[in-house]
Amino acid sequence: MSNRFDRRKFLLYGGATLGSSIFLKACQSPDTATPPETDPGTETPPDTTATGDTIKVGILHSLSGTMAISETTVVDAENLAIKEINAAGGVLGKQIEAVTEDGASDWPTFAEKARKLIDQDEVVTIFGCWTSASRKAVLPVFEEKNHMLWYPVQYEGQECSKNIFYTGAAPNQQIEPAVDWLLENKGKEFFLVGSDYVFPRTANNIIKEQLKANGGTTVGEDYLPLGNTEVTPIITKIKQALPNGGVIFNSLNGDSNVAFFKQIQAAGLTPDKYPVMSVSVAEEEVRQIGTEYLVGHYAAWNYFQTVDTPANTKFVEAFKAEYGDDRVTNDPMEAAYIMVYLWKQAVEKAGTADDLEAVRAAAVGQTLEAPEGTVTMSGNHHISKTVRIGEVRDDGLFDVVSSTDGPIDPIPWNQYVPETKGYACDWTKTDVDNPGKYKI
Amino acid sequence: MSIFLEGLFNGISIGSVLLISALGLAIVFGLMGVINLAHGELMMLGAYTTFVVQNIFKGFGEPWFDFYILAAIPFAFLVAGLAGLALEKSVIRYLYGRPLETLLATWGVSLILQQLVRSISSSLSISIAIFCLLWFTPLFFLSRRSNWQQIKSWAIAIILPISLGVATLTGILINNTENKSLTRPWFSARNVDVTAPSWLRGGFAFENFQLPYARLFIIGLTIICVIATYWFLNKSTWGLRIRAVTQNREMSSCLGIPTGKVDALTFALGSGLAGIAGCAISFLGSVGPNTGQNYIVDAFMVVVVGGVGNLFGTIISALAIGIINYIIIVGSSSLAFSLSASNSGDLGFINLVDFFNFFATTSMAKVLVFALIIAFLQIKPAGIFPQKGRGVEL
Repeated sequence: MSNRFDRRKFLLYGGATLGSSIFLKACQSPDTATPPETDPGTETPPDTTATGDTIKVGILHSLSGTMAISETTVVDAENLAIKEINAAGGVLGKQIEAVTEDGASDWPTFAEKARKLIDQDEVVTIFGCWTSASRKAVLPVFEEKNHMLWYPVQYEGQECSKNIFYTGAAPNQQIEPAVDWLLENKGKEFFLVGSDYVFPRTANNIIKEQLKANGGTTVGEDYLPLGNTEVTPIITKIKQALPNGGVIFNSLNGDSNVAFFKQIQAAGLTPDKYPVMSVSVAEEEVRQIGTEYLVGHYAAWNYFQTVDTPANTKFVEAFKAEYGDDRVTNDPMEAAYIMVYLWKQAVEKAGTADDLEAVRAAAVGQTLEAPEGTVTMSGNHHISKTVRIGEVRDDGLFDVVSSTDGPIDPIPWNQYVPETKGYACDWTKTDVDNPGKYKI
Repeated sequence: MSIFLEGLFNGISIGSVLLISALGLAIVFGLMGVINLAHGELMMLGAYTTFVVQNIFKGFGEPWFDFYILAAIPFAFLVAGLAGLALEKSVIRYLYGRPLETLLATWGVSLILQQLVRSISSSLSISIAIFCLLWFTPLFFLSRRSNWQQIKSWAIAIILPISLGVATLTGILINNTENKSLTRPWFSARNVDVTAPSWLRGGFAFENFQLPYARLFIIGLTIICVIATYWFLNKSTWGLRIRAVTQNREMSSCLGIPTGKVDALTFALGSGLAGIAGCAISFLGSVGPNTGQNYIVDAFMVVVVGGVGNLFGTIISALAIGIINYIIIVGSSSLAFSLSASNSGDLGFINLVDFFNFFATTSMAKVLVFALIIAFLQIKPAGIFPQKGRGVEL
């Protein structure tokens, strides 16, 4: 048995390797198949002014991996805002240049790319992240560099960093008002269903405390492992605990949502007796689950595509004109869109984009007529937001059935959870040791 | 009585989902001994076929749309079966008797299939078609030549770069035309929505609970598949050959059974059953690139518990696992419920309620079921019905 690697084999294998590598390269989708000599991450600004003077900002989201489905829609919204600002003359007379990096749904990669954007590209701010895990991964980098991140997604709260601006909802701007609305309109008995990981469990702890305080009861709760699609036992439990109907509060994520809605409909749990309130189902998810399974159920967000404000009409039209008529807008996309504008206003007030302390100070108190209504950046780096309850209608969009009279102020440290009760956050305060978490 | 009936029905319906997803694997893994980690992805192909058939039938209008499912089942069987056949011809047949390599290779195939449905577009499929045409046609004719063995390496060294190059070039050219209809992914990485026809939605009210039509349909489909498979394996000529080859390959080969063909057919049959399972689960869960991953572990579990090489064991183990799973969750939850209903405020009582509630969640039930299976395999390592006789490999 000679294991000779002769010329013939060398040619054979070499040819095969070369050929297949070229083949794989060609199979990439066209938007990533950029020629190698240009940096694949950079994107040329739409209209560079004659001066050629630009302000660099970073965009850091997953463009590949499991989270890419959600995060690419947010990138679209951010690019739309940047394009609009540039078309209207830019910031401080300069064009914005976006440097896009791919976090690849991998949390250490997020931290590495954040470092790269700050050190090598010298961006003045970064718009990015979706999952709480990715945010937690980049947080030390931003604190170490004393840099600035804008984060657009609704999250579980219990965090307040000087270096992050949160434009998604804190729990008191989504989950708590949803529970209040249900108590008032749909019943006092709640069954909690969630995926088995940190966000649903934290959210359900808040809900249980809130129900206890406000005269409701939790008749049961169950958690599905991520990706589990067998819902039969949960349906039996729901019917056992709520024989005459009641409220189901759903914080399931991903594939389980599809299974849940398909199977509860088949088992006869209809929205008139068993209304489901979801906190992770927006316009995009409705299309994937199938509208006919969801009609009549509810979701709580700050923004729906159907919100009736002049700013929203403009936003939806601009988005569809840019990305196609079949696209929908949703809450995280809107939050991503407005955070670019909030940053622009802060820079204009500060008169500089490079002095981050000045921009940070200027950002607090900025008000914007957003698609969701008026939003104001509060001292705790979260924004006040209007809370809405939507009911799914036949075309897969939401009818807004309830909305708060005005924006609700954000409370990052939850007041129902014993550990953080009585704490607050305000980065404009100078008379406390730790403005990020101090006792009221 | 009605609680008992409801429990029985729900247990059977969980079991039937397990059974239909494990049936193909019982043949591929049980009879052939191939650890096919791509089984879940073959199910996913079946589910996507259902989605495509559904969209085609949408075009036909209302009365036809209700019956798309009847067309989707054979199509799912065909598509998954052909994919399985291609997999067997190109990968598996070189790896018989090497379980570790098979495991790695099929896992790789499962990743390829997942990525394929994410990124397949018209331009990609044109490239693949061109490659196949340029690669297989010359090989087909050259392999007919008498000096094939001598020119084999040279032929491959020449044809492979040419066919890859042409296919790549076409792909690049199409992508550069920026024609959206050609470069746009067919499915993308998003989940797609499969809607059950109206007669499969809702359910049939029975006493105080409702039997979902989709579940009844899956139970019926499972029964038909089991009977058909059983008949095929035990009553048909090819079934006889399959059984002969799995029992003693050398002897069957000596007696003139074309073992290569039998292997390919068996594998294709198992894959086709996976396709039907994919069609069935699309009415219960999501259809996306990761769909198969949600079922593969359970499918292997069922086959291992049932005893490798035994169809009947697979049936029993699927039903048993389904019923036990249901009993653990609902049983402990109703115990907790009845205890808290008669709650006297006693602290020990409340602890007991908490104890049962702890076991009443879905994730905890899964842990318990796995623990029970491990305990069971300690007693009967080869499953419910272990193989007996000379054919058994020790």
